Amino acid sequence: MSKGSPISPSLMATKSTGAHKAPERVERPADAGVDTAAVSPVLGPNNVVPPTVMTGSQAIVRSLEELGVQDIFGLPGGAILPTYDPLMASKMNHVLVRHEQGAGHAAQGYAMVTGRVGVCIATSGPGATNLVTAIMDAHMDSVPIVAITGQVSSGVIGTDAFQEADIVGITMPITKHSFLVTDPNDIPHVMAEAFHLASTGRPGPVLVDVAKDAQQGQMTFSWPPKIDLPGYRPVLRGHSKQVREAARLISAASKPVLYVGGGVVKAHASAELRELAELTGAPVVTTLMARGVFPDSHPQHVGMPGMHGTVSAVTALQQSDLLITLGARFDDRVTGILKSFAPNAKVIHADIDPAEISKNRTADVPIVGSVKEIIPELSEALRVQFEAFGTPDLTNWWAFLNNLKETYPLGWTEPEDGLSAPQRVIERIGALTGPEGVYVAGVGQHQMWASQFIKYERPHAWLNSGGAGTMGYAVPAAMGAKVGDPDRVVWAIDGDGCFQMTNQELATCAINKIPIKVAIINNSSLGMVRQWQTLFYEGRYSNTDLNTGHDTVRIPDFVKLADAYGCAAFRCERDEDIDATIQKALEINDRPVVIDFVVSPNSMVWPMVPSGVSNDQIQVARNMTPDWEEED
Amino acid sequence: MTRHTLSVLVEDKPGVLTRVASLFARRAFNINSLAVGPTEVPGMSRMTVVVDADGELIEQVTKQLNKLVNVIKIVELTSESSVQRDHILVKVRADAATRLQVTQAADLFRASVVDVSTESVVIEATGHPEKLTALLSVLEPFGIREIVQSGTLAVGRGSRSMSDRALRSA
Repeated sequence: MSKGSPISPSLMATKSTGAHKAPERVERPADAGVDTAAVSPVLGPNNVVPPTVMTGSQAIVRSLEELGVQDIFGLPGGAILPTYDPLMASKMNHVLVRHEQGAGHAAQGYAMVTGRVGVCIATSGPGATNLVTAIMDAHMDSVPIVAITGQVSSGVIGTDAFQEADIVGITMPITKHSFLVTDPNDIPHVMAEAFHLASTGRPGPVLVDVAKDAQQGQMTFSWPPKIDLPGYRPVLRGHSKQVREAARLISAASKPVLYVGGGVVKAHASAELRELAELTGAPVVTTLMARGVFPDSHPQHVGMPGMHGTVSAVTALQQSDLLITLGARFDDRVTGILKSFAPNAKVIHADIDPAEISKNRTADVPIVGSVKEIIPELSEALRVQFEAFGTPDLTNWWAFLNNLKETYPLGWTEPEDGLSAPQRVIERIGALTGPEGVYVAGVGQHQMWASQFIKYERPHAWLNSGGAGTMGYAVPAAMGAKVGDPDRVVWAIDGDGCFQMTNQELATCAINKIPIKVAIINNSSLGMVRQWQTLFYEGRYSNTDLNTGHDTVRIPDFVKLADAYGCAAFRCERDEDIDATIQKALEINDRPVVIDFVVSPNSMVWPMVPSGVSNDQIQVARNMTPDWEEED
Repeated sequence: MTRHTLSVLVEDKPGVLTRVASLFARRAFNINSLAVGPTEVPGMSRMTVVVDADGELIEQVTKQLNKLVNVIKIVELTSESSVQRDHILVKVRADAATRLQVTQAADLFRASVVDVSTESVVIEATGHPEKLTALLSVLEPFGIREIVQSGTLAVGRGSRSMSDRALRSA
């Protein structure tokens, strides 16, 4: 989609908003990504800086500049104060958030749309612990971020000093790596190493905790520094014997499926994927983390697999005789009960993280490496294979799957309470904004509907908290996405529960002219939990009513709240107003827009594989499983 | 479950032991014993980790350990291809009447007496874990007051060096 696609209204709607102090911004094609074959492991242009005496805090700022950082999200405090002083003079754009969690998710959103490392800064103690949720979220979804935290002076570390927290220890299980810096001379190489680790191999969060005295002390800065990571050697190229073996299995399979995960988005390999898919003619399923990496409109796309996947995608995996797994990790939300998942399938598993291979499902053909390199090699091997043995005949397989696609399309039933269907609201947002927009969801029903009813045609257009399931991700991540890609329309599709967790960042958006659009899918409840209570707890709605919707006290009143934050604010309560309200929001680009879409609390996410059963038990509606009679 | 001995070459950086130990805890892997110390290469330490795990799990343990940035190399040492030793200090009740018997028992195991008092002796022994278990069962009737035991140390047989090869590939 990056080349030659028509410009959608969403791209024309906005011009750059002046959210950036730095005028020069390198233009990048939509899916060009980061140059993985860079000569130097030090990110950035590798300018040569001769030895210069400066403070540690100046070295932090200078390192960030040399690494090519343009935008930072953060909030100062005592232990990071020294670093905020030289930051004021830097041409880097620092966005002052209202809560450190917002800085963390903003860095994630920024990284997800740009492919570059997102940066967040916080002070010691509670500042650092407020980053923990975002760091864990980035760890689960392999998002490249670097979190810089102030630490109390090295002399008082371990004394329970004011605002002291062992943030390196706290985040050890949820970071790719972490550093505690107590000597200012370590700053340049630690910063370069942190960015190298975050952005290469399987991306992830890296924490750099800098003691206050290391920020204040004198050091000699020079650039580029030497990266010394003897234990870190990510494998990029797949083993050619394994690739050939994979090609052999593909040419012998009669029911192959390309099971595509977020790794293909991270590797910027959507073009390579499309080539492979069209070469094999096999159906493609895109997981929650991979939505858009293969166009929804492509005839070979059979949908999203998993607990709320389409019948065609879930069944394709279940009935398959060969899973061609690319950058996916057999998450329990995809497999259901693992033992019963795709019972007749052989597994090709390509992933950059060797530990993912055969972690949950044993791979018959493991291929360690970057899918950016493996996919073209696999295509090449397949051409040779097909030339020698012919292209496999998938006619029966497609007949079966196309029948499922036609019989069980995604859809919804109209609510009986007269309120709008949340699915319609989301579908209209996607339709009126188009595939060039960026859609950022919170977690819950609205997230699933946004993954189902918006048509994704390109990677990096769909952001959500997949592995962690962090409520409150949407508003700050949308903010980060808008800063990273200011020319696109960025929608936060949020729930009334999620929105109340992080909406303070609307202040950040309003003041810094980051005009995101927020659609609150307001069903007045913690909707996904309520759905489970409906289905599995006899409708006993324990603590899920939020009183924000139709016929309630409306605390808070989202329109008044958004107004107080300096946003344009609308409420939409009727089907006939949906399109007009969305259009109004699309026309406003000088400030954030918040729409309170009042919807029915009774709508449910379907299809659904109930927890703890096989994917064969998928239900298209309550207690309704597909008719499998037509199986071949 | 079978017992596996992993030799793990790590950078001698702060927190590396915590990283390894917490990885085992959060992935629900069981450590049977663990020993750490410096190596012949400055800046590098070597851990010997003994784990009880089945084939697939030990593969996952190794892969997860390899993901730690400070871990340079991991080798599984089988009992045939390596020398494995535990070190033990045992304080045994021994008075004038029994001291001779106790020290004779120690001699049989090529253990040495490293401290003597009127009531007790401290015996130091090195050996394969099975040999030390045998020693303890011989000493047991005299009355064992304290046992302090190291983790297993292991080194591959032959002239090859794990750190040499690790440095070359690094």
